[in-house]
Amino acid sequence: MAQLLTRQDVAKVALLSRLKLTDVEIELFTTQLGQVLGYVDLLNELDTTDVTPMAHATDIANVFRDDELIPSLPRAAALANAPKSDGKFFVVPQILEEA
Amino acid sequence: MSTTNSAVELISQLQLGDVSSVELTEQSLQAIASRDTDIGAFLSTNADAALAQARAIDDKRKAGQPVGKLAGVPIAVKDNLCTLGLKTTCASRMLANFVPPYDAHVIERLKAEDAVLVGKTNLDEFAMGSTTESSAFQVTRNPHHREHTVGGSSGGSAAAVAANMVAWSLGSDTGGSIRQPAGFCGVIGMKPTYGRVSRYGLIAYASSLDQIGPFATDVSSAALLLEVISGHDRRDSTSVDRPVPAYSQTVNQPLTGLRVGIAREHFAEGLNSEVETAVRKSLDVYRSLGAEIVELSLPHSKYAIATYYLIACSEASSNLARFDGVHYGHRATNFSNLIDMYSASRGEGFGAEVKRRIMLGTYALSAGYYDAYYLKALKVRRLIRNDFDAAFAKCDVIVSPIAPTLAFRLGEMTNDPLAMYLSDIYTISANLAGIPGLSLPCGVSSHGLPIGLQLLAAPFEEEKLLRAARMFELAT
Repeated sequence: MAQLLTRQDVAKVALLSRLKLTDVEIELFTTQLGQVLGYVDLLNELDTTDVTPMAHATDIANVFRDDELIPSLPRAAALANAPKSDGKFFVVPQILEEA
Repeated sequence: MSTTNSAVELISQLQLGDVSSVELTEQSLQAIASRDTDIGAFLSTNADAALAQARAIDDKRKAGQPVGKLAGVPIAVKDNLCTLGLKTTCASRMLANFVPPYDAHVIERLKAEDAVLVGKTNLDEFAMGSTTESSAFQVTRNPHHREHTVGGSSGGSAAAVAANMVAWSLGSDTGGSIRQPAGFCGVIGMKPTYGRVSRYGLIAYASSLDQIGPFATDVSSAALLLEVISGHDRRDSTSVDRPVPAYSQTVNQPLTGLRVGIAREHFAEGLNSEVETAVRKSLDVYRSLGAEIVELSLPHSKYAIATYYLIACSEASSNLARFDGVHYGHRATNFSNLIDMYSASRGEGFGAEVKRRIMLGTYALSAGYYDAYYLKALKVRRLIRNDFDAAFAKCDVIVSPIAPTLAFRLGEMTNDPLAMYLSDIYTISANLAGIPGLSLPCGVSSHGLPIGLQLLAAPFEEEKLLRAARMFELAT
């Protein structure tokens, strides 16, 4: 598992993470993330074949509630922090090409 | 630093009429204005609203009307807790102008009990860091020594209390972010059991690890503040529905037959000798109080950091996906299409540490690596929890250092993320296991830096933890 992280790996992860990085950042993160990944290899010392994964520290499984209406944020409040809105909706750049 | 009153002492002075809430609030705001210029604990203050609230509480009290448990005492909260109408930035350019449309559950609880919110405190960006230096806006300096960090990520909340700008504050703790800065600043800091306090309105970093908790100058005040913020909230389905003990009523009762555990893994290589000496002396204090010292082992301790950074970063990569330049937060001005808008906005809005953690998490969760990294870490997390379950069958509390070193010098950790991660060794397991932990002062180094002692207990044993801490505090 301890293969070296390449610049291409970091560029790909940056794309998956939706992070536009400079060349300098890619260079730096290639080294730094490589070091961290090298370190976490430590876990492979342990045989965990029969261990149940623990995603959560409490015993809570599913939490159900009644299907009832409760007040929620008014539209104006929900839109108030939007970088761009038309007062009714969040406005995003065009997604579909013109027909 | 002058000695001033603890929050519970201020409450009794207010009750006796020796001081008014307006006076306390003015004192706090003046202390911030005069002392915070070279400490940098606060990102914003809330002067007008705080004074208006203080006046209203004083009027209520004068009129003989009932007031809340925290009535009239100023408090500060970490700037990742949503405050209705008050900017909440997470110390990130991404949220530089974010004004929440609602209060976090803990803020509602503070308001219901008439605490006076004087300001929002600095943190590592999105609570990711151990020094409060990754804040996009300012560095917080240690009130005991300006060339040293306050620790992190709740460094502003710790410094605000240590420098007597407020008597108490709230922070959040995902891997030690309350306990470690409390230790570095010489104040009390506590991370409750996972699920004890609702996380509603806490801007998420790693949801299965995050927990909100108090800072204070004494254990009794921390007990009262914890009592107020604890309890079930339907808006956080991981908050546990069980009664909240009256911590403030029992905190002064010493424990008889107390069994104090020490883990041999906690005294390994790399531990600063002054820290080790102070912690070992603390064991003598407990011995003198009649406690039995139990030696035990937490065999998976050395895997905690690797486990934590895989899990926390995986959760962070998912949680921080919400910052997309659409609903709130920063949006880039130059982009070519929708995907580019997301990437450019996030590339500009997030700092280096946040980017590193998002990418590490994305990598650990990505196709081909999920089993090897994320799933593996979840399995080791179980082993770490099992260690604690076995340990708490033999003892009531575990005593350990808070950190292997004294407060870092400013800049010491900024270019070496892995070295910073490794410094979390003593605090991180409690978050993975979901158990409560408390930091309290146990000494001062030859250079005048505080040394913190960590106490850990089994899930929902906050009462025991606070009483054991109070015993120590009274004896030292």
